[in-house]
Amino acid sequence: MTLAKPQTQNLEFDCDTGNYHTFCPISCVAWLYQKIEDSFFLVIGTKTCGYFLQNAMGVMIFAEPRYAMAELEEGDISAKLNDYAELKRLCEQIKRDRNPSVIVWIGTCTTEIIKTDLEGLAPKLEAEIGIPIVVARANGLDYAFTQGEDTVLAAMAHRCPTSKQVTTDAEKEERSGMQKLLSFGRKKEETAAAAESEYRDHPNLVLFGSVPDPIVTQMTLELKKQGIKVGGWLPAKRYTELPVLDEGDYVVGINPFLSRTATTLMRRRKCKLIGAPFPIGPDGTRAWIEKICSVFGIEPQGLEEREAKIWKSLEDYLALVRGKSVFFMGDNLLEISLARFLVRCGMTVSEIGIPYMDKRYQAAELALLEKTCQDMGAPLPKIIEKPDNYNQLQRIKDIQPDLVITGMAHANPLEARGINTKWSVEFTFAQIHGFTNARDILELVTRPLRRNNSLRDLGWDKLVKEEATV
Amino acid sequence: MKLAYWMYAGPAHIGTLRIASSFKHVHAIMHAPLGDDYFNVMRSMLERERDFTPVTASIVDRTVLARGSQEKVVDNIVRKDQEEAPDLIVLTPTCTSSILQEDLQNFVQRASLTAQCDVLLADVNHYRVNELQAADRTLQQIVQFYLERAQKKGELPPGKTEKPSVNIIGLTTLGFHNNHDRTELVKLMESLGIEVNVILPDGASVTEIQQLPQAWFNLVPYREVGPLTAKYLQSAFDQPTIDITPMGLVETARCIRAIQKVLNAQGANVDYEPFIDEQTRFVSNAAWFSRSIDCQNLTGKKAVVFGDSTHSAAMTKILAREMGIHVVLAGTYCKYDADWFREQVSEYCDEVLVSEDNGAIGDKIAQIEPAAIFGTQMERHVGKRLDIPCGVIAAPIHIQNFPVGYRPFLGYEGSNQIVDLVYNSFTLGMEDHLLEFFGGHDTKEVITKTISADSDLTWTKDALTELKRVPGFVRGKVKRNTEKFARDRNFTEISVEVLYAAKEAVGT
Repeated sequence: MTLAKPQTQNLEFDCDTGNYHTFCPISCVAWLYQKIEDSFFLVIGTKTCGYFLQNAMGVMIFAEPRYAMAELEEGDISAKLNDYAELKRLCEQIKRDRNPSVIVWIGTCTTEIIKTDLEGLAPKLEAEIGIPIVVARANGLDYAFTQGEDTVLAAMAHRCPTSKQVTTDAEKEERSGMQKLLSFGRKKEETAAAAESEYRDHPNLVLFGSVPDPIVTQMTLELKKQGIKVGGWLPAKRYTELPVLDEGDYVVGINPFLSRTATTLMRRRKCKLIGAPFPIGPDGTRAWIEKICSVFGIEPQGLEEREAKIWKSLEDYLALVRGKSVFFMGDNLLEISLARFLVRCGMTVSEIGIPYMDKRYQAAELALLEKTCQDMGAPLPKIIEKPDNYNQLQRIKDIQPDLVITGMAHANPLEARGINTKWSVEFTFAQIHGFTNARDILELVTRPLRRNNSLRDLGWDKLVKEEATV
Repeated sequence: MKLAYWMYAGPAHIGTLRIASSFKHVHAIMHAPLGDDYFNVMRSMLERERDFTPVTASIVDRTVLARGSQEKVVDNIVRKDQEEAPDLIVLTPTCTSSILQEDLQNFVQRASLTAQCDVLLADVNHYRVNELQAADRTLQQIVQFYLERAQKKGELPPGKTEKPSVNIIGLTTLGFHNNHDRTELVKLMESLGIEVNVILPDGASVTEIQQLPQAWFNLVPYREVGPLTAKYLQSAFDQPTIDITPMGLVETARCIRAIQKVLNAQGANVDYEPFIDEQTRFVSNAAWFSRSIDCQNLTGKKAVVFGDSTHSAAMTKILAREMGIHVVLAGTYCKYDADWFREQVSEYCDEVLVSEDNGAIGDKIAQIEPAAIFGTQMERHVGKRLDIPCGVIAAPIHIQNFPVGYRPFLGYEGSNQIVDLVYNSFTLGMEDHLLEFFGGHDTKEVITKTISADSDLTWTKDALTELKRVPGFVRGKVKRNTEKFARDRNFTEISVEVLYAAKEAVGT
């Protein structure tokens, strides 16, 4: 019904009530503590925060994580206890037990409401205990899910050294960990000379966004093929390896939810932001590389063939998704990029729900989405910022999409009503960036379709009694 | 401030939501920031719930922080009333709303002027009570609200039911095996010729609440949720309470005898002794199991029990009294209920531990090195790390503990289930031991059984070979004792000589 509406010329944006389900942004500690190996994340909040973390993290919680709650008690709320003394006591304990290179304080709703001056306390305590303390206010009052990482990285951006501060060779080596990574054990002198000549002459480029190490390697190699050298990555594997950032350096984001980090890098570190679509899907990856090349005045080599080859290898999956419709309820800000990729795969997207839409940071991605829809003759999706899940469920009931990408709160009830779902959270934790991983995205997207293909003839697709009121 | 890695009981609002979502046609609206509706995920995932969880949030964001919720909460209540037409909406405060100190009661009053449904504010304080206490309180609050109103309007049905009848109080969503216990309890009541009047709150509708006083007595199977309601019913309607958890053969019999007494006091004239005898000796297999040679082999084996009050206490009694197992330590995380727990288990175990600190219980287990653990998912993981089998007997639990098959813990079938659980946990250990004893196929490297760091000592090849000859179930202990011995004497390498010297020194 809504699907068949005539196309509008431009993307349509709407904003609903914000009554939607998503993860609390403190969940970012789950992947960031694993990414930054020498860090310790201290979430300063209540039992509610702790309960969420321990349940959302599942088994990870049992693996002696490098994160903990500083659980606020009634005395903390009523200021009977001195927050500086309390935090000092806990941080000293963490230092004693784990000796991390950085402690990241995650401010929560409660610290916001009682106005704990974390930013003010941190430098004092940092001086006293001798461990850097980074403060990120990743709370549910202001942010959704993946935006938590954005607040942490924005705070970390301040801690990247300038080249003046990094003086010793050893430290330089450490800060540009990429070279070590790419030399694959060859002798150092050889590589240094050889590697340099493989790169074109371009300004320093730093990538931002936390991705698993294999993706770091893949993307770095992908750029190396174009003669582009990655000068560093925010965040790096270790806090002590944060990249060097100077005024005028170029930065490019790898994920769509990093607008604060981008802003911080531009305004506070005086870096130049390359606004590109995100390297999700082969189309996105190619556009991302091309944009970086174009900024540096480099003619991209062999990208078209590479993209075509990837698409060809995806054909078995594409046959499954072609012509199918998909509905994004919206909860992790990857929605625009994923929708753009899926339209290119031949799907139609009726609605893209998204927690927050930064039209400037995502400008190139939005433009590519629009272009992709035109190229594919697909209707332009409606983008709903701050969606209302209840209203969305009514629309889903009306249009009966082939696939709903949604949070876990709605997945089982929708499946019981015969609607295919894919948990959106999986896209956050799976490796989805670059050419190599396009297959993984489709693996996720097609899983419900494949599963239900095998169950199709059983006649059990509706498993609730009455057409329940959604 | 408290440094916490893990918690056993959730925050207060989870308890309220468990009650609200147990009822039919009751909707909960949380006054909470974005992301606090994680309850819906748990319900949908753990219970594999087919229906949308009737919980929504009235989002607290920056605007609310600056100007207060104003119309927002009221609008959300009224909107939900129109969309879902529930019987009752429970406005649920969270840790955030606790400190915002908005007048939620006022919102409730305003909303009830417009809404068709009833509206209540859950009377729970985030900083004072936990999930379990809040659930207990919310259930009582809802019951009291409907009964007092019915009383005022003179709508309470008079008198008791004709035949003996019972209210079963405290079965909830996300409760440990509650749905199976429900079936088992209903079956048990049926066998005793007792009508089930109302089951609360699981699957009940609020309109059933006014029938509560018609039952001859209340059965409260769990210590955590239901006692406050039963207490209220007792004081307001003089309804007797049975709060003996029918878990294990002895306790089930005790519970049935208590029921008999209560019914006979009201003139029922029942004799359940033949039933208890028949069930115990011939229907259930638990009594026979205790007598069988399998169970004989478990005599004196060491076990640690930890969980909520109900399950930990019942399990301790079963192990000690019905199976002859040596419970070295029994513990609970229900600190607020410590006295009751101590009184229940003291005579059945060496030591009682009441703590919310998972590290404390983990360390205890490492020290005691029991042959099996009966605990929560956290203890299961401790067991995994220490290579000790663990049977899960209490929340916190994960999806594996919501089995699709019939697995009650209560009643006579529950006793059978517990036998399997206990026996399977121990046999695994025994099998392991036999494999070792007969030189089995285990060629795995031994690992240190400490929770913290790896060993800093090197073992010579010969010493390692020798260590492997030590039977598996004591090997860890031998290894640790040897390493302690070596460390005390500043040896960095452990040779066969050191191994034997250590053995002599500690007499292991």
